[in-house]
Amino acid sequence: MRALRKSYDGAEVVSGIDLSVAPGECFGLLGPNGAGKTTTLKLCLGLIEPDAGEIQLLGEPVPRRAREARAGVGVVPQFDNLDPDFTVAENLTVYSRYFGIPEEQSKQRIPALLEFAGLTGRRDAKISALSGGMKRRLTLARALVNNPQLVFMDEPSTGLDPQARHLIWERLRRLTQEGKTLVLTTHFMEEAERLCHRLAIMDKGRIIAGGSPRALIAEHIEPQVLEVHGTGYEQWMERAKGLAPRVERAGDTVFCYGEDVSPLIQSLSSDLVYLHRPASLEDVFLKLTGRDLRD
Amino acid sequence: MRWIAVWRRNFLVRRKLFAAAVLSNLADPLIMLFGLGYGLGALLPSVAGMSYMAFFAAGQLCTATMFTASFESMFSGFARMQGQKTWDAILYAPLTIDDIVAGEIVWAASKAWLTGSTILGVVLVFGLASSPWVLLALPAAFFVGLAFSAMGLVMCVLARGWDFFSYYMTLVMTPMMMISGVFFPAEQLPAPLLVVAKALPLYHGVQIVRPLVAGGPPPDLLLHLAVLLGYAAAGYAAAIYFARKRFAS
Repeated sequence: MRALRKSYDGAEVVSGIDLSVAPGECFGLLGPNGAGKTTTLKLCLGLIEPDAGEIQLLGEPVPRRAREARAGVGVVPQFDNLDPDFTVAENLTVYSRYFGIPEEQSKQRIPALLEFAGLTGRRDAKISALSGGMKRRLTLARALVNNPQLVFMDEPSTGLDPQARHLIWERLRRLTQEGKTLVLTTHFMEEAERLCHRLAIMDKGRIIAGGSPRALIAEHIEPQVLEVHGTGYEQWMERAKGLAPRVERAGDTVFCYGEDVSPLIQSLSSDLVYLHRPASLEDVFLKLTGRDLRD
Repeated sequence: MRWIAVWRRNFLVRRKLFAAAVLSNLADPLIMLFGLGYGLGALLPSVAGMSYMAFFAAGQLCTATMFTASFESMFSGFARMQGQKTWDAILYAPLTIDDIVAGEIVWAASKAWLTGSTILGVVLVFGLASSPWVLLALPAAFFVGLAFSAMGLVMCVLARGWDFFSYYMTLVMTPMMMISGVFFPAEQLPAPLLVVAKALPLYHGVQIVRPLVAGGPPPDLLLHLAVLLGYAAAGYAAAIYFARKRFAS
């Protein structure tokens, strides 16, 4: 996409975005709530029209030929919209029909999709009887009925427990190994760090940084982090400012970033509680998008 | 023809509940038909040259078709669009909002047609019709269904909440039922009201079905059909316009 813009009621949600995703890549679009991620995704699919800019999806110009482009795309939305009137297997059958897939072909394909989703034993279950993780996996299977080249995922593991989340991640990695292109939006940094080959960080409708997770960390942030809180942290913070290149405070916690934080650790009094860890993508994200709450 | 997938989705849901659907299609109109038909029929042995029961049955066929079409396109349509987000899921596939609108309208008309057909079955079983002409009420019921489904879907895509539909029902459907010649010949209405009735689709549905029940070809058939199709076409165009608007934001 090039120079993409979109406003709603005078407020610009997407303000000139350039992005491209290579075939076979797992690409992550990160950003706080309201950054414009979901709008960008909807623009890609041709569900809404851009005010300016160009979009190409699988070689088709969007929105003009969005219908043709969508034939080769799968979508996992942020909120499950499985069809509650149907069973697990019927959801896949009915969804296949929307793609015009011949009945014979979908019949053959559905067992493999159920297997992929780990729902073989639940094929005749009602949607209301499924757990959150199962619903998510079924939504992922549904996005694959047309054997898409490209799968869009809006917050694929939001609201799942760790077991369910790890299973989803394992499945997504399997899709990448099969050569599918994945585009996911998330504000869950661990997810992005584990899955994505390449990332773009979006805020207030713009792309503010991009690259591989490691490159982003190396480029934007010091490698070591010390988090400190407890009685007397304010006085300590004044001293810390002389010992670390970057010291920030959020609420009652002090964050110190540096190449080597051992002098800082030695300077701590016994009243202070600390956590020493390597810098993560989340630190990059917070540095670039700020610590203010987004609602 | 991609809208057929939308139609088939709704059909598959309905098929599972077929017996219940036929029963609920029948219960309400039959209570009206026999309650009013026998009661008033005893007082009015003949209206417009037919038994009151047969007269009212023709009107009731159209009214029940109107109600099924309107309820399906408004309430069930809104549940699919807003509550279940079924439309959103369909839009990720190579279908557009126009396909969904078309599928929903034809579906609601089909369901309404089933209601009309079951009432026609009652008309036949109770010997209220006198000739095979009455079978043409089958296609007629579909056109009545199409007109009201299209109008109902306009309400559906305009609605912000469930309450919205009660305005349409109280302010449009109920008065329409009273003045469209369902219970008594519309010609008995004061002249200005008759003009209003003639501008509404239910009146024209009744004008087609009643002569068929009486056993002959309906006068001015093309005019009546044109009005029904006009409402269907205008409703379809308006529903597409408002649905596109709703889904673009």
